[in-house]
Amino acid sequence: MKKRFGLGLALFGIAVWFAGTNPARAAGPLTVTGAGATFPYPLYSKWFYEYSNSHPGVNFNYQSIGSGGGIRQITAGTVDFGASDAPMTDEEMAKLPGPILHIPTAIGAVAVVYHLGGVGSGLRLTPDALAEIFLGKITKWNDPKIASHNPGAKLAGSDIVLVHRSDGSGTTDIFTNYLNTVSAEWKEKVGRGKSVNWPVGLGGKGNEGVSGVVKQTPGAIGYVELAYATQNRMAMAALRNREGHFVLPSLESTSEAAAGAAKTMPADFRVSLVDAPGKDSYPVCGLTWLLVYRDQRDEAKGKALVSFLAWAMHDGQKRNAPLLYAPIPKTVVEKVDIALKQIRYKGKSLY
Amino acid sequence: MKVGANIKDFLFEKTTALFALCVLGLTLLLFALLIRESLPAIRKFGVTFVTNSTWDPVLEEFAALPFLYGTLVSSFLAILIAVPLGVGSAIFINEFAPGWLKTPISFLAELLAAIPSVIYGLWGIFVLVPILRDNFMKPVSRALGWIPLFQGPVYGPSMLAAGVLLAIMVVPFILSVSREVLATVPQVQKEAVLSLGGTHWEMIRIVIGQHCIPGIFGATILGLGRALGETMAVTMVIGNRPDIVLSLFQPGYSMAAVIANEFTEATGDLYLSALVEIGLVLFLLTIVVNLAAKWILTRMVPGRAGR
Amino acid sequence: MTSIAFRRKATDRIMKALFLLSAFLVILPLFLIFFDLLWKGAKELKWSLLTDLPRPVGEPGGGIANGILGTLTVTGLAMAGGIPLAVLTGIYLAEYGKGAFASVVRFAVDLLAGVPSIILGIFGYVLWVLPMKRFSAWAGASALAMIFIPIVVRTTEEMLKTVPVSVREGALALGIERWKTTLFITVRTAAAGIITGILLAMARILGETAPLLFTALGNQFWQTGLDQPIATIPLQVFSYAISPYDDWHGKAWAGAVVLILMVLVLSTVARLLTRTRK
Repeated sequence: MKKRFGLGLALFGIAVWFAGTNPARAAGPLTVTGAGATFPYPLYSKWFYEYSNSHPGVNFNYQSIGSGGGIRQITAGTVDFGASDAPMTDEEMAKLPGPILHIPTAIGAVAVVYHLGGVGSGLRLTPDALAEIFLGKITKWNDPKIASHNPGAKLAGSDIVLVHRSDGSGTTDIFTNYLNTVSAEWKEKVGRGKSVNWPVGLGGKGNEGVSGVVKQTPGAIGYVELAYATQNRMAMAALRNREGHFVLPSLESTSEAAAGAAKTMPADFRVSLVDAPGKDSYPVCGLTWLLVYRDQRDEAKGKALVSFLAWAMHDGQKRNAPLLYAPIPKTVVEKVDIALKQIRYKGKSLY
Repeated sequence: MKVGANIKDFLFEKTTALFALCVLGLTLLLFALLIRESLPAIRKFGVTFVTNSTWDPVLEEFAALPFLYGTLVSSFLAILIAVPLGVGSAIFINEFAPGWLKTPISFLAELLAAIPSVIYGLWGIFVLVPILRDNFMKPVSRALGWIPLFQGPVYGPSMLAAGVLLAIMVVPFILSVSREVLATVPQVQKEAVLSLGGTHWEMIRIVIGQHCIPGIFGATILGLGRALGETMAVTMVIGNRPDIVLSLFQPGYSMAAVIANEFTEATGDLYLSALVEIGLVLFLLTIVVNLAAKWILTRMVPGRAGR
Repeated sequence: MTSIAFRRKATDRIMKALFLLSAFLVILPLFLIFFDLLWKGAKELKWSLLTDLPRPVGEPGGGIANGILGTLTVTGLAMAGGIPLAVLTGIYLAEYGKGAFASVVRFAVDLLAGVPSIILGIFGYVLWVLPMKRFSAWAGASALAMIFIPIVVRTTEEMLKTVPVSVREGALALGIERWKTTLFITVRTAAAGIITGILLAMARILGETAPLLFTALGNQFWQTGLDQPIATIPLQVFSYAISPYDDWHGKAWAGAVVLILMVLVLSTVARLLTRTRK
């Protein structure tokens, strides 16, 4: 009994030891962990997959837990980098142990998606109608405020099922920032944030969760990142921009909105792109950032991170357009390159 | 020699006692950590934490009532469905099922209990919710939509969906405890009723009425304790909306679900603390419920003392 | 008179039918779930599921190999810590546990057994993730161990108590020291029962998701160390299930099939163990 028990214990110990090591390589690759935004997750998972294939020494493990989570975890220092679609507020930055850099990686659009049998993409929504739907004041799909702009569409009198994010989200921040900008009532009653006190609706976790619920629920309307909407072949609304045109979210209309913002980019890259000027620009766009400490705690990880960011700003940007994220404008990339040189370990630049 | 043995015996006893102390320590540590982490929220909100219903991360106003409500309503709904089914099938297995059928049925029920929560959730999202929505909620809403319980638009993910899924999950527990309770009835009494010319049903009614009601109540409370803390499956089908609405067709939110969804992303310290306090409330609630169940059952089912 | 007899008989029939119906309704979901698992997971149930790493959205193929290894790792770690702690505590309670201290420990184990698993996730996060400043297999395992321990303490105690006093007395009468009697005779007699308890507890923590959400976090790659985030099958099933991509839904079902097979094998082995003993 004793012998068998001892043997069992030894085998168990070996199993645990094995399990703790990498089966493919004796000395496992360096793992750099990041967490945050779900908005750019399709792009990031592509980036990290390709980067780890071409740079076998390092793995970037990215978990899409929401922008709020990205900020929370980078603040607590439990991850090596964070990701967010909402810039950190000054208040949030004050809680950090050290200065942080916002590295813009892509520009995305937030699409308003719906699930209405027989109505494809292109339902026209005015800013007012959109705000009233999300305030719970418009509850039926055939409400005159929707129908009057969509004379051809067959809108049934079905209930509007509103779907929003249940987690802290940069997508929510971009979307509520837009509603805040266009609707005084929204600004007064709800406000802007990564998670807000929604007047009505269902919660879904992540962009994945919201598109999942919208796809599963007839009569639903929600907001998700453009790439999610397109990949899932969801019907998208055309929103009226500030110059009075109804514009569908697309790579072009997003780039149009970004072009204007490039000229006024501040040094810390924290800028809002909603309700941007331009005849063809889509009004609900935003930057998404990786959050990186200026002073790295671990030299190897810091170095890997900086090399990756440099790759992302140049080679990586070529992956943006096929996944429907607008690339960062050239003039901004130059500014980011300068910013990356600030990342350091014990005062020494890691670039 | 004798002394040596005594020392070894002493050491062995104290070693095992030390490990027991560790287990006790871990439990206390869990308690202490929950209290420490929820202190900021307790200080800030006090009692209003469980009486208010605003959950507003933007304004940093937090209160647990909608989650408490969602947890309680979904669990009670589950119990309401699960108790008749669990007790009924326990009676069937113990009293009516032919011998060859008893083992397979109870084996299958045990399998149900072994299925991981996340798989129930997966099945809930893709199978149960669409079935409920199209075949139950829509017709009921059309016919009885004026009753407050069934009011409002039909979403699919809802308090009802969570309750039904939870019922499926807790039924095996109620079934197995009910079988234990039924087994405590003396055979003589059953035979007495039958020999007086009573039917099977009358035998069950009389015997259960006399013997088993408190035990079955204990089984119910135990099932309730399981349902209260269930996380993944509920998170996936309840709809995640912190509202207190009477209608079972509307989405709700449970305490476990809000922790699962928002814990990693709570940006402010107060936000995180509020989530931990929800955990603490949930912890206390399940403690009370489980202890009540244990208290009832140890009195009703003598052989059950250890559990 | 006859009409009363008839009514009694009819009631009896109806009630019997209702009991049969309730047994049927209790078992029905099991068949539905198994059917759906196989039906919807079939497309993705390929060899590569067991051997490949996950791929990004839109890339064909990919598997959950890292999740399988990760699940075994985290479960193994939790057991490595949990078994000695729980079994020795169980021995204490069964063999020496008469005083007030033992009652307090028993009460604590009862409390622990009822703690919702999500709360143990908070425990792992506060205890490990925040101070260590990283998500890790350790944090996940410590949360799982807290679920594992009370189950095993209880079964160990119960099983030891089923060992007849005569066995102990016989050994002691032969002059065997008490600690040896406990360890090599009492515990050994109850071993099959204790191992069954361990396997059932293992099956339980194998499928846990909630305590791992904010401790183990997840990983798209092979694990590189126990102090790093780690993938597990339940986490993968969860994130695939709530995703909007059809091929990921397929992976969620297939992952669920793998998970349930592991759980079923464990439960069946556990049950066979007790049966052969009898």
